[in-house]
Amino acid sequence: MTEPSAPLLQLRALSVDYARAGRELRAVNAVDLDLHAGECLGIVGESGSGKTQLLLALLGLNGAPARISGSIRYHGTELVDASAAQLGSIRGRRIALVSQDPMSALNPYLRIATQLTEGARRQLRLGRRAAWARAAELLALVQIDAPAERMRCYPHELSGGMRQRVTIAMALMSGPEVLLLDEPTTALDVTVQAQVLAVLRTVRERTGVATLMVTHDLGALAAMAGRVAVMYAGRLVELAGAQQLYGMPRHPYTAGLLRSLPRLDRPLPTRLPAIGGQPPDLADLPAGCAFSPRCPLAFGACAAPPALRPLSPGHLLACHYEGAPAAVAAAWR
Amino acid sequence: MGAFLLRRLATAIPTLLLIATLAFMLLHLTPGGPFDSDKVLVPQIQHAIEARYHLDEPLWRQYLRYLGELAHGDFGPSFQYRNTSVNELIAQGLPVDAAIGGVAMLIAILCGGGAGLVAATRPGGWRDRLPMGMAMLGISIPVFVTAPLLILVFAMRLHWLPSGDWVAGSWRHLLLPALALALPHTAYIARIVRAAAIEALAQPYIRTAIAKGLPTHVIVLRHALRPTLVPLVSFLGPALAGVLTGSIVVEQVFGLPGIGRLFVTGALNRDYTVVTGITVLYGALIIGFNLLVDLCYAWLDPRVRARA
Amino acid sequence: MSRATRPGALIAALLLALIVAAALVVPWLSPYDYATPAWTEIFRSPTVSGGHPFGTDSLGRDLLVRVMWGCRISLLVGIAASLLSVLIGVCWGALAGYAGGRLDGVLMRTVDVLYAIPFIPFVIVLEVAFGRNFLLVFVAIGAVSWLDIARIVRGQTLAIREQEYIEAARALGVRTTTMLRRHVLPNLVGLVAAYATLAIPGVILFEALLSFLGLGVHPPLASLGSLVAEGANEMQAHPYLLVLPAGFLAAIILCLNRLGDALRESLDPRGDGDGHD
Repeated sequence: MTEPSAPLLQLRALSVDYARAGRELRAVNAVDLDLHAGECLGIVGESGSGKTQLLLALLGLNGAPARISGSIRYHGTELVDASAAQLGSIRGRRIALVSQDPMSALNPYLRIATQLTEGARRQLRLGRRAAWARAAELLALVQIDAPAERMRCYPHELSGGMRQRVTIAMALMSGPEVLLLDEPTTALDVTVQAQVLAVLRTVRERTGVATLMVTHDLGALAAMAGRVAVMYAGRLVELAGAQQLYGMPRHPYTAGLLRSLPRLDRPLPTRLPAIGGQPPDLADLPAGCAFSPRCPLAFGACAAPPALRPLSPGHLLACHYEGAPAAVAAAWR
Repeated sequence: MGAFLLRRLATAIPTLLLIATLAFMLLHLTPGGPFDSDKVLVPQIQHAIEARYHLDEPLWRQYLRYLGELAHGDFGPSFQYRNTSVNELIAQGLPVDAAIGGVAMLIAILCGGGAGLVAATRPGGWRDRLPMGMAMLGISIPVFVTAPLLILVFAMRLHWLPSGDWVAGSWRHLLLPALALALPHTAYIARIVRAAAIEALAQPYIRTAIAKGLPTHVIVLRHALRPTLVPLVSFLGPALAGVLTGSIVVEQVFGLPGIGRLFVTGALNRDYTVVTGITVLYGALIIGFNLLVDLCYAWLDPRVRARA
Repeated sequence: MSRATRPGALIAALLLALIVAAALVVPWLSPYDYATPAWTEIFRSPTVSGGHPFGTDSLGRDLLVRVMWGCRISLLVGIAASLLSVLIGVCWGALAGYAGGRLDGVLMRTVDVLYAIPFIPFVIVLEVAFGRNFLLVFVAIGAVSWLDIARIVRGQTLAIREQEYIEAARALGVRTTTMLRRHVLPNLVGLVAAYATLAIPGVILFEALLSFLGLGVHPPLASLGSLVAEGANEMQAHPYLLVLPAGFLAAIILCLNRLGDALRESLDPRGDGDGHD
């Protein structure tokens, strides 16, 4: 993969902290990450791994109790502690978000047309007609039939899959450079999931928008992402090209996630294995590697936190284990 | 929508009938009558008066007669104010209550709604605690306490405003009673609006709107205002009906010729028609305003419209 | 927010306890009683040294004792009538929510119709018809103020009924009455406690309103409402006669409202939930 010189988005030591009921917890812990023009980067992890908080931090949407520290640079412009006006000119126009639940992400009181066009009319200074035309075009792109009719509907008149495709079209309205997808398929039926993933691939082919997709579903990512980052307890534990990561995972957690995925190319086991134990309590993390209590390969060194180190070009890993790569996958059997 | 209105009308009539019947029976079956006064009347005169108002007829005939009049919108003659119909009495009292109640609700909606919205934007901060503390006071101190206190301060000590009486068209006479009536309503509205706005602003679609880069005023006015109005509207329906039929306390304290006092004196004097008439009027207003509330729901919320 | 609520609720509870204790003890300790006029002591201003810390009224009666009696009456009526309305409301609502179907329809339609009946006029007419009667006041209030509780309880019962452990109990063949007692009612206790706490101030205010209009307690007995009415008549020359009972009335209502709010907030699962990511 040839990487362009300057990334679109550059995250350095990004942390998101919460104080809740007197307890400090760090939802995102010193994450470094780059997103390049046109690429699709996936972020996987269990709920509570901080992946959604990371995504929301890019647009300053975490809400009042969250404290964001570190650096987020978009084309070199710092977004952490940016003014409301600066964020307003980035949100939707440069970086757009598709939320997890299409039921609640659309305002039930307003027509689809209003919600689709309100951002672009303001940011691209489009007239009513031009905005409508653009909305209809994008609805067609996300494979919604009879766009003009649908635009006069209210959200409750559309199916779940249709609503999610509308939110995708809505995110594209102002022609953003970066598309943030927050679990875009989690709330949907399995058949509808495939449909939405197909739409997302089409959208990426046609627009070339750089995509950051957060999910706990490695299967959904496989068809989309060029690179995949794995998060655990707020930290980045492994980052690699999709081929490499799916083929030869080096972090025991990644291997565990992959093992719990049904595979079409192998006989289905009698029951799908799961990673034992519970996701950690972010307010009370173990001293060393946060995954060590659940890790089959844990040993003495794991009492100290592992640093994220490069294994090979484009492959980063935060694990003390230095044995044979095959042993990592084998450890779960 | 037409079918919806018809259905509502179909349930409204039996409800009104029930209210009229309950009030009528309660008054006629309990001991005492409008002309049992302390001074003993000559039996012939008493009979003559009772015959004039059909009180000598059997109860069921009186009841049917009353329902017949009611069906024509006639509340009948007053017993206590000779030669005056209940319709005339209500027509005299209603403008007083409508003026005071209208001004009071306007004050309450503007001040309460504003305070609630301000409080909701920063929950927990001083902009929230201060108005909500005052709202708690507002719902805890009854009108019959605040009304005399307002008179004491603004009329008796400061001499800014008159302490009572009613002069049609005089805003100076209207202000203190309207203020007294507005205080608890302001407090309720502030609490309702605050809670509704906090809930509305926490909805995921608000985050979607922020992510679109919309400015705050567009987010509040276009995306959060409608869901905030829904609970406010359901409060305002019955509240307006109550205010229109007069606040008994405010009228009593300020000496206003409104419907509330008419009702209390009517009840004390066994003025059957006045009491039943005002009760039915109140019931009709409640039903009417609740219908308006439902129409407002449909106007505000497309999902309700779809169901209707 | 919840952290900010607690000291307020604590202060409210303490203040309320203080008022209750004073209402119980003061009339018992005081040399004066609430009824006997003292024609030489009329309109004494409040002074600690003069033996009348709250002053005396137009008949020379000690206002402190009368206000404390007023608190007794108001609290008694408030608690008794609220208990009555909770009893009716819980039974009605739980039955409607649990039975569902046609019975639910009939019960809740009745509540709808009763809502349309003007509440204050209804009680006033009752009062006038049967004469001023202390018992009647709170029976009337209790009998008509259960509607809100019935609705809340029905809603909660419906929600609880859908939960799996009720299904499980039904599948095990547990009888309906046993189920109501063992599974449905305990879940409602917290919620009902909160709304009962909020119902008491409503009832106290209503009794005070009736007394203010001259339809409540018989003189010489006093409730806070009748004391406020008496005070309002004399307020130009003797404002303390209005301000002191009004202050106690407001304080009691304020404390109960604060406590009820705090209870309800502590029960509301959205109050300080931990859902993120």
